[in-house]
Amino acid sequence: MSTLFFIQFLNGLQLGVLLFLLAAGLTLVFGIMDFVNLAHGSLYMVGAFFCATLTFWTGSFVWAVLLVIPLTALVGLALEMGVIRHLYQRDHLDHVLATFGFILIADTLVHMIWGPQGIAIPLPEYLRGQVEILPGVIFPTFRLVIISCGLLVALGLYWLIGRTRLGMLIRAGASNRTMVSALGIDIKTLFTAVFALGAVLAGLAGMLIAPITEATIGMGNDIIITAFVVIIVGGIGSMKGAFIGALIIGLIDTLGRSFLDDILKLFIPVNAAETAGPAISSMLIYLIMAGVLAFRPQGLFPPKVR
Amino acid sequence: MTDTISARLDEHLRAPDLFGSASGRIVTLAFMVILLCVPLAAHFLGIRLQLVSLDFITRILCLAIAAVSLNLILGFGGMISFGHAAYIGIGAYCVGIPAYHGYESGWLHFPLAIAASALFALVTGAISLRTKGVYFIMITMAFAQMGYYFFLSLDEYGGDDGLTIYSRSVLDIINIENKMVLFLLTYTCLVASIYAVYRIVNSRFGMVVRGCQSNETRMKALGYNTYAYKLTAYVIAGGMCGLAGALLGNFTTFISPDMMGWSRSGELMFMVILGGTGSLFGPVFGAVTFVFIEEVLSSFTTYWALPFGVLLVLSVLFIKGGLNGLIQRGWNRD
Repeated sequence: MSTLFFIQFLNGLQLGVLLFLLAAGLTLVFGIMDFVNLAHGSLYMVGAFFCATLTFWTGSFVWAVLLVIPLTALVGLALEMGVIRHLYQRDHLDHVLATFGFILIADTLVHMIWGPQGIAIPLPEYLRGQVEILPGVIFPTFRLVIISCGLLVALGLYWLIGRTRLGMLIRAGASNRTMVSALGIDIKTLFTAVFALGAVLAGLAGMLIAPITEATIGMGNDIIITAFVVIIVGGIGSMKGAFIGALIIGLIDTLGRSFLDDILKLFIPVNAAETAGPAISSMLIYLIMAGVLAFRPQGLFPPKVR
Repeated sequence: MTDTISARLDEHLRAPDLFGSASGRIVTLAFMVILLCVPLAAHFLGIRLQLVSLDFITRILCLAIAAVSLNLILGFGGMISFGHAAYIGIGAYCVGIPAYHGYESGWLHFPLAIAASALFALVTGAISLRTKGVYFIMITMAFAQMGYYFFLSLDEYGGDDGLTIYSRSVLDIINIENKMVLFLLTYTCLVASIYAVYRIVNSRFGMVVRGCQSNETRMKALGYNTYAYKLTAYVIAGGMCGLAGALLGNFTTFISPDMMGWSRSGELMFMVILGGTGSLFGPVFGAVTFVFIEEVLSSFTTYWALPFGVLLVLSVLFIKGGLNGLIQRGWNRD
């Protein structure tokens, strides 16, 4: 039982860091540009498909990842400069509708280019195995790689936002855009850079999960809602909130799906528990969200200045 | 200068007329008559064109009722709900689940659909309305997704595969197994819901809700409990959309969680925006246009979503006030 719990804990952690990669981009883009990007999940999907193609071209998953990172940045740049830039002045409703249109476009383009089937991405030999992390606890190597990648990115973002000039501008832009541009900072370029950064993070999440789940059309559309739940719980615009929220949601979702049946069986009849378990565990994160909002409508860690 | 400002204020505060401007009245009435007569004529003359068939138009009318209900909160109340399709799903399952257990009376199905949707709206609205702006958009979306996963996990009722309804709701006075009767019932419901919205937004209650849209702080300062007003409007819209869901469930006789997926909510929202928010008939124009374009494009190519998505982005960027705005202006840009 405790071994199983530990493994599911790691699985939850893995989902958590993936959610963080997505939520970080969302929260950055929202925090600094006040822009709601529903199509963020499409960048996740695009990352996965680019990675699939390049893995077959280069013959190596690792090379593919390294090549796709600048590619997703380019996609982000094109998207920002082509359309999204013109939407900043509009209200949130227009943001939502336009990016909803992007989802349709992206899903169909992927369908046209890669066909309706999902694409499995082969991993190199050394990532395919399993390791014994503790005596008796065996865990797939690649999932550990995902967890460490996510945590490294989190650390990198912490450094970027807290310790660099770009980060300083991002923080300043989030608290007062007009003032930053009045001080002579080219805010347009800053926006573009932040959007591209968000695109890279989303693409990276897609690349990391694709070897496990395959790259499929619409893969971003489900997880993006969960990412929304993450930033709502964490507080929209807050990087710390995104990180903690992502881990909470990832863990609760995974552990709920594995253990809620058993926990319920302690209190209610087995039959009822087996029916109610899956129903409740699939709604668990939304219930958590509702609970958090009932007490803190601004999320757990709302950004200080808004 | 003062004149234009006061004219604008009048424009903003004026109660929405049933049909809008004089030219708008003609176009709107003609449109509603066409919507009623063309499918009936096609049915009696035996025209087999999909775009004018009773089935196709009935589906549009169901979605139009949903769009009208969304417009009540989105267009008149400024509440951008991205989870409105949830009520369609709940309404449809309120037909499907009792029917599955052998309860086929429509006198059970329709009230249940409205009540269950209104209840879901009450609970989720009570939480969502504590927040504003982008939070509200995402939370309504997340709650709808919660409903989606709930029905997805109900293996007893088909789960992912959906649930087939073997017999439509039994109403003693009319037989909706007949598709013309179902069409007429749906049309009547649409007209009734438009009229209901018209009465609501022109009532004292509706004035307060519209006041919240233009300036909620002001309404609070005037002493209104804006939260309660908005929640009531939210619940009414939910119930109305539940009715649309029950009709749609009866029409398709097959229901699945896909009916309440978040892309459905996005489509409903787009219908409202396309038609023109805050106009009474706008959502109907929007629903008809949306489904027609979808149908025509998908008959040409399997990749219909591509031009459709482009159209969506372009219409957000360039059409102001939706189709209703165009109709009201009589195509003159002034």
